[in-house]
Amino acid sequence: MRNLSNSKLEQKLGKIKALWRKANAFAEEAYNAPYRSAIARAKREQDDLFMLMVYSELMGIPNPASFYTLELQPLMLERFHEWHIRMGMEHSPLDNIRCC
Amino acid sequence: MNAIFVLIAGIGAMALGYFVYSKFIAEKIYRLDPNFRTPAHEFEDGVDFVPTNKYVLWGHHFTSVAGAAPIIGPAIAVIWGWVPAFLWVIFGTIFFAGVHDAGAIWASNRNKAKSIGALTGDIVGKRARSLFMIVIFLVLLMVNAVFAVVIAGLLVDFNSAVIPVWGAILVALIIGQLIYRKLVGLLAVSIIGVIALYSLIGLGPIFPLALPETFLGLSDRAQWIVILFGYAAIASLLPVWVLLQPRDYINGIQLFIGLILLYAAVLIAGPEMIAPAFNTDVPEGTPSMIPLLFVTIACGAISGFHGLVAGGTTSKQLDKETDARFVGYFGAIGEGSLSLAAIIAAAAGFATLADWQAVYHSFGQGGVNAFVAGGANILSNGIGLNVDLAQTLLTVMAVLFAGTTMDTGLRLQRYIFQEWGQIYNLKWMQKATPATLLAVGACLLLAFGAGGADGSGGLIIWPLFGTTNQLLAGLTLLVITVMLVRLGRPMYVTLIPLLFLLTMTVAALIMQLKTFYAQENWFLFGLDIVVLIAAILIALECASVLNHLRKGDEKLE
Repeated sequence: MRNLSNSKLEQKLGKIKALWRKANAFAEEAYNAPYRSAIARAKREQDDLFMLMVYSELMGIPNPASFYTLELQPLMLERFHEWHIRMGMEHSPLDNIRCC
Repeated sequence: MNAIFVLIAGIGAMALGYFVYSKFIAEKIYRLDPNFRTPAHEFEDGVDFVPTNKYVLWGHHFTSVAGAAPIIGPAIAVIWGWVPAFLWVIFGTIFFAGVHDAGAIWASNRNKAKSIGALTGDIVGKRARSLFMIVIFLVLLMVNAVFAVVIAGLLVDFNSAVIPVWGAILVALIIGQLIYRKLVGLLAVSIIGVIALYSLIGLGPIFPLALPETFLGLSDRAQWIVILFGYAAIASLLPVWVLLQPRDYINGIQLFIGLILLYAAVLIAGPEMIAPAFNTDVPEGTPSMIPLLFVTIACGAISGFHGLVAGGTTSKQLDKETDARFVGYFGAIGEGSLSLAAIIAAAAGFATLADWQAVYHSFGQGGVNAFVAGGANILSNGIGLNVDLAQTLLTVMAVLFAGTTMDTGLRLQRYIFQEWGQIYNLKWMQKATPATLLAVGACLLLAFGAGGADGSGGLIIWPLFGTTNQLLAGLTLLVITVMLVRLGRPMYVTLIPLLFLLTMTVAALIMQLKTFYAQENWFLFGLDIVVLIAAILIALECASVLNHLRKGDEKLE
């Protein structure tokens, strides 16, 4: 008898938890949706700046940290491709990187 | 008449509008297609183009368009009696605003989610696009100046709201940090935020704060106006997640709580409409109801500002094309219901007709302060809230709305100045701070220039603000009409509102021009002429475009 009521209670608790999670997800969506683009754009700008640092030596800008950023270059290739497309250049503008 | 009947009639008519008229518009005129691949899916990038749940999108759209304007306009217009204001809000919402808002989303959705400004260029022509930019600048300029004057007036008249209004900014800052650092889940944060805000509202009447009557030769209103622009300048320079985002979120929750409380109080208390149905005894100097009513109530009946939100942002997040009906049309109904509440508060919230006449003693008076005073009486009779507390609650609601609009408006205006800096190659104007200062300077000039150094007369420009807003709506309707004609569909659903709006706007501008001339208010006289020129150019543009379309020309330029 007690076990039965316990499991019922657990079921109820589980339902409440699920409801809370659902409401939370909805609230989060309502909070984030209006500003998603503004924040994503700001982040993209920061990422672009970081990419400029990583690839700076290719453009003749000396970079004291190039020894460390060198290994990041292949990791950032995909983002580089995205960037030159976004900037309206169909192919990579740099001679040394032939990305597509 | 009892306010309950007014409330039920209004809500019933708008519901009928949604279930019948918007269905007709969506199926027969715009022919919304559930299988159309929306730009949100076609260009999905996680930045601008994101398919969004239609209820979330509606909430976003509604809270972006509903500000202080749908409260202020109707509360001023009650001076002609509550029936004209009521009719224009209800019929405007059903036949104008809903069609305009849903149409703007549809038009943008069918054109790669471009903004309405860009669409005017593509669909109507380059001249129309330039006109659009000028009108937007005028709208922003006036909205900032007017709202600063409104907030200053509220903070002086209801100084119990000073602590909660500025405290709400602190609450928003803390909430922003809590969410950004992912310290607490959002639902918990929302509950904490609402409790914090309402405890501040409770504290307000116990610790009212007032500024010195004069300081450095400025009256208390003028001091608030300067402080508000200082705040708005700083807020518009901060990253959005720090202040604007949490503030908008709390405002949204607060809007729903406020609306529910007001409607509940009306239903429980059932106050009588004290204001005359048609005011035959208007105070001296009140302009004629026709055409002024149609520009005094812009937001709440039809507002061009909605087109900016619908085109630039909402259409990029539309999951299915059929959602445009719910998001656009029902968004307009949400705003109509806010205006309806404002009318009831300003017409039924007074004990006697003499009290009402004392508030509405001249045109431009009453306004949002009448909404707060009247609404507070209804709240206290209906749900037994202390009058001071109810006044504080409604003041905070109005001020927070107007404040958010101000810092968004200033931000947008800064972008315009920065763009001009790029066009004319002025390096200094491209930087954020100087551009913000320019924007603030322009708004301050208008706020004080319109009504003298004490900043008390700024509401004189309210109808002028309405006219620019209606012109913007007219341009959007023109875009939709041209699209409909090209698709070979009936155009009368947008053409009739368009012609009506243009006629009323031009008539209102000419009438106001006469008033400003008689008052020798040369500043507003000049401003009126600028808006009038824009209005006439828009009318000519409409005439020429429609003429071309009638002849069946494909090319418009």
